[in-house]
Amino acid sequence: MDVPILRQGEFLIATIQAALSDNDLFALRSKLFEYVVRSRALGIIIDVTALDILDSFGTRTLSEIALMCRLRGAETVIVGVQPEVAFTMVQLGLTLEGVTTALDLEEGLAHLGRRSKLLKR
Amino acid sequence: MPTSRGTRDLDATTSDLLKELVSLLRQNRTQLREEWAQRITEARLLTAMSKDEMFAEATSVYDNYVEALSTGTFEALQAYARNLSERIIPRGVETHEVVGIVLLLRDVLARSLFGKYQADFDKLNRILDVYEPAANRIANTVAVGFVQERERIIRQQQEAIRELSTPVLQVRERLLILPIIGVIDPQRARQLTEQLLRAIRFNRAKVVVIDITGVAAMDAAVANHLVQTVEASRLLGATVIVTGLSPEIAQTLVNIGVDLGKMNTVGDLQGGIEQAERLLGYKVMPVAETN
Repeated sequence: MDVPILRQGEFLIATIQAALSDNDLFALRSKLFEYVVRSRALGIIIDVTALDILDSFGTRTLSEIALMCRLRGAETVIVGVQPEVAFTMVQLGLTLEGVTTALDLEEGLAHLGRRSKLLKR
Repeated sequence: MPTSRGTRDLDATTSDLLKELVSLLRQNRTQLREEWAQRITEARLLTAMSKDEMFAEATSVYDNYVEALSTGTFEALQAYARNLSERIIPRGVETHEVVGIVLLLRDVLARSLFGKYQADFDKLNRILDVYEPAANRIANTVAVGFVQERERIIRQQQEAIRELSTPVLQVRERLLILPIIGVIDPQRARQLTEQLLRAIRFNRAKVVVIDITGVAAMDAAVANHLVQTVEASRLLGATVIVTGLSPEIAQTLVNIGVDLGKMNTVGDLQGGIEQAERLLGYKVMPVAETN
């Protein structure tokens, strides 16, 4: 399952549309990083609204993406975690530490917008 | 007499005796029913009901009782007992009253049997052999039905209290307050978290103030639930501020070494709301200063 990555101004938006296998996650990681390098994006939004489960591998990969892209100056925001998913995640001790989260795409974009304004001041 | 039992053809005799018993109870319905109602009044049972109501109830209990005796099946009686309990529990009828009236009916009927067969002691014994197990089972069925209905109501009410006691309130655009009052057990903590997460999504909240002024005590399990709630809310992009930690709770938490580093705490609810407003970019000032 390929994850489409869209460009929205200075930001990239990756919308996960169905459950991803481990290989899909690896592919997403390298593809996103490549895009960040190529497009000099300031921020990335990964939309997980469609996911009804996030396991430890998925969570770790998302954290890795965030850390990697930060090294290239892009902040990652995970958006659209469902309440049930969040509940299960904390029970499993998966808290996406150090990664910014936002309610949905709109919130995520607003957050990144504020950040880029700060950076440019 | 128990010793003479073995010599008799039990099955045929039992059903014959039961028939005789039932027809006897049907014949004397009016009189026995009145006697029973009299006994109930004397014993000051069912005082929550008016005399007419009590008599009407007594009549239908009597009929169901005789019916159960004659058919030997208890399903109809069970359903009736549940239905009866449903009606009378809200009126404040107590368990001892229900058990009391059924036992009274049992006694009234037994007395009438004594009266009828006092001349024939052997027959009386045989009739009682048939009557007693059935009567006891009826009493049992009714009492259990009542208690079960009561327990069902208690469970229902517990659920209602739980729902009522965890309101999630929106005080400003994107700011929610969750006042927690009372005891938090794991089940309630779970429910609280689920409710809060749904509310965050529904109201698009950015900041949540959880006020635990009304929580008397907290142990490690509950504190961990609180931390989980905070983390889950963050996954939805909301910041949580916890307010109203009492000195006792603060001390307990420090003593048991719960990691509250991830939690944003402010002294009281007022302070929490002020902090939340700052996070949301609001500035509250008196009207005079704005002019």
